[in-house]
Amino acid sequence: MSVQDTADERLLRAVVDLLAQKAVATPAEIAERIAITDAASPAQGARMVARAWVDPEYRALLLADGTRAAEAMGIPMRGAPPLGVLENTPELHHLVVCTLCSCYPRAVLGYPPFWYKSAGYRARAVRDPRGVLADFGTVLPEDVRVRVVDSTADFRWMVLPLRPAGTEDWDEARLASIVREGDMIGVTLVSP
Amino acid sequence: MTDTARAGYRRRMSDDTRTTLPEDRPRAMHDLGGVSRFLCEPVDPSPHTLTAFDREVDGLRQVLGMKGVMSVDELRRGIEALAEDEYHRLSYYQRWLRSITATLLRKGVFTEDELRTAIQEAGA
Amino acid sequence: MMLTPGQRVRVRDDWPETRGPCHIRTPHYVRGRHGVVVRYLGDFANPEDLAFARPAALLPLYHVRFDPHAIWREPHAGDEVLIELFGHWLEEET
Repeated sequence: MSVQDTADERLLRAVVDLLAQKAVATPAEIAERIAITDAASPAQGARMVARAWVDPEYRALLLADGTRAAEAMGIPMRGAPPLGVLENTPELHHLVVCTLCSCYPRAVLGYPPFWYKSAGYRARAVRDPRGVLADFGTVLPEDVRVRVVDSTADFRWMVLPLRPAGTEDWDEARLASIVREGDMIGVTLVSP
Repeated sequence: MTDTARAGYRRRMSDDTRTTLPEDRPRAMHDLGGVSRFLCEPVDPSPHTLTAFDREVDGLRQVLGMKGVMSVDELRRGIEALAEDEYHRLSYYQRWLRSITATLLRKGVFTEDELRTAIQEAGA
Repeated sequence: MMLTPGQRVRVRDDWPETRGPCHIRTPHYVRGRHGVVVRYLGDFANPEDLAFARPAALLPLYHVRFDPHAIWREPHAGDEVLIELFGHWLEEET
């Protein structure tokens, strides 16, 4: 641990102690939020994607109102920003970025990955999206349009990726098992 | 920039025939979309685990938000107020902790003296 | 003023950063640029006030589409950039 980290660790202890002394926030309340946040993961978004692939009614709900669609899967959305869902098609691919900070659909995908918060990703995604995709080993056909979604305000955006060919007879649970974090941000494509 | 200079600047730059880049305008340092300095920075897709420190700062921010002590926009404003070199040197959650601390001090939730004492005690 | 899908707009060419402390959710790269409203997303409290713990009015938020080639003039840009922007940053165009 560096000197810098030690100082920050002490600063955090001091702030948490002071807030407890002043009855503003208790360590137990903080621990509860950590536990709730740790429980959110890309597996939740993956379940929504798989359901949308097999259930046209759910797909329509997901695209019309992501928040209600998440709640319908038992995902707690109270207090979370509204969720919007972007539908990839064979002609159109979505890539989500937050150029100003790190807005991310945490309620359905968990903590944002490290790279999502990096200056390189934030700078390049809007200006050179295919170059960013290449860093993930993702190559789109030339004729697919790339729509970059800069998440700047109150919504949080998740991508509904394309269902890969060869999965026609798969059940929902098996489909959910192949959907990864990056597929729902748009940096990768689902592969069986 | 003076008002006259700003008006002239705006006139010169106000249509899409300009040949300069958006970043040549007086952008804020955190406003990174398309900024050339980072265009050659590769994106490293490898997974990265959060530390206990990271998760605690995250949880703390959530509690402060839910209790109406500080909003996420106040958090962002505090991060945006960091010096540019500090912004890029600090880790993500170090930035958050700097902003949270500055905001709580400014709002009088605790004082500089109280914080100094608490830091000493935390190091003991 | 409510904007409807398809409405052409210009983002205000304003730089509050030059006037002192502020918190702006309109990225620099679309200021003064032309876009098209895709849809209305709802009314949300103005972050420019929330950031300073001031009373914040509810403002309409829109998804607005831009052509990245017109912004960076580079062949490898994507085909569209879609951004959430508050109504007070948008000027109607014919």
